[in-house]
Amino acid sequence: MSAPSVVRSWWARASAWLEDRVGLGGLGAVARKKTVPIHRHTLWYYLGGMTLFLFIVQLSTGVLLLFYYRPSADEAYESVQFLMAEVQFGWLVRSMHAWAANLMIFTLFVHFFSVLLLRAYRPPREITWVSGMALLGLALGFGFTGYLLPWNELAYFATRVGTEIVRVVPLAGDFLLRVLRGGDDVSGATLTRFYAIHVALLPATVITLVALHLYLVQRHGMSVPPSVERQGGRRREMRFIPDFLLRDLVGWLSALALLAALAAFIPAELGDKADPFVPAPAGIKPEWYFMFMFQTLKYLPAHILGLEGEAVGVIGFGLAGVLVLLIPFLDRGAARGRPGRIFTWIGVGILAYMIVLTILGYAANPTK
Amino acid sequence: MNSRTTGPRGSRRRFVNWLLGTSFGGMVLSVLYPVTRYLIPPRVAEAAASSVTLGFGPADIAPGTAKIFKFGNRPALLVRTVAGELRALSATCTHLGCIVQYRQDLGHIWCACHNGHFDLNGRNIAGPPPAPLETYVVRESGDQIVVTRGA
Repeated sequence: MSAPSVVRSWWARASAWLEDRVGLGGLGAVARKKTVPIHRHTLWYYLGGMTLFLFIVQLSTGVLLLFYYRPSADEAYESVQFLMAEVQFGWLVRSMHAWAANLMIFTLFVHFFSVLLLRAYRPPREITWVSGMALLGLALGFGFTGYLLPWNELAYFATRVGTEIVRVVPLAGDFLLRVLRGGDDVSGATLTRFYAIHVALLPATVITLVALHLYLVQRHGMSVPPSVERQGGRRREMRFIPDFLLRDLVGWLSALALLAALAAFIPAELGDKADPFVPAPAGIKPEWYFMFMFQTLKYLPAHILGLEGEAVGVIGFGLAGVLVLLIPFLDRGAARGRPGRIFTWIGVGILAYMIVLTILGYAANPTK
Repeated sequence: MNSRTTGPRGSRRRFVNWLLGTSFGGMVLSVLYPVTRYLIPPRVAEAAASSVTLGFGPADIAPGTAKIFKFGNRPALLVRTVAGELRALSATCTHLGCIVQYRQDLGHIWCACHNGHFDLNGRNIAGPPPAPLETYVVRESGDQIVVTRGA
């Protein structure tokens, strides 16, 4: 027997031995049968996978950060400073984590809007939509809790404002604020709480939900937009393995290159250490993906119809979130393949609102 | 329905299922209760200051400037007006809890977070703050400044 055939037969015997004991060979068969439709909107199918890739980058860099990070009000800032200045490639790991977080939220929003506007939430994909919305919420939670961990001035005030928002909940507001902060004020107790949420609770929940989300995508296949379905004609598709996966890979490698470049040329900043006895600095801003909400709160007057303006704003955003969550159940026309202008306009409206308010937020003079 | 769920054997099975179900529910509750209580932070005795003597004297604060000081464990703002009068107020914005600052160019108090404005009596004069800042009583005794919570 020649050498390659010996290796081949050894490999075959080892695979058979493993298959007898683990029995997951069926998964490979399912993956090989999976196909992806080809049409003019195929590009949008890559966004979910891109978000997943960036999440994996977050898990890997996050684990690395844990080796040096110390979660206490006295040490957190100094440990991040040490990581950035002394630890070899510490700046790279932290900057990648910060940039990948931003890119992940961005691709998540693009994924969300593409699914919304292509109406991929149509039955039987309602649960896929709901799990995706939950993942969007959890990703924002990741951003909010992670932002505090370096314990710098910006993070401190962003967290003060962000947690204060739960006060608008009727009756239980003050109680919820205390549970969220681990006390009456943002302090070291808030930091350990956010740390536990950021590095344990959220990753475990997100991984579980991602598994459900991927299973559902697998079960129902890729949704073909109604506009493409109505055109009729011959359906074209490509195999997932290797055709789609290799294209995915091109995207992922490009994203990794972009991340490395961003981390090298625009490393994550640290700023000044948080001090509860220093005024909020002029020009204070939240992360860009909270900007549209932040800017809305700035425009609202102190009182609207006898309610605090801020409460009206927050409740408004809450209701809008519930409405978006329920779109698959409200858009009955889409289920029957009818064009539904209303939901397209709702999607475009939300997108336009977010973009305009975000631009206004960055254009506004911070000292006026 | 077969004899497994009807008849004497069936009712015994239902009873056992009920027992198992309630024990399981009880176990879940007995885990959830302590976890919930654990997550609620304990009340820490707060240094509820009603009066503080500041770490700086009247000579250290020029007209038209302000300083942050600790009133108990909360930040407060001491302003010397252009006319020379001392005013003390809570430095926590009534909108979303940022720390306010005295703006020399405006001559009044300003919150950087959401652009809230207060006059030197603490009244919310512009922007989103829904209520005035709490004011305190300032007394100068020799080279000391004493701030007390108003009656």
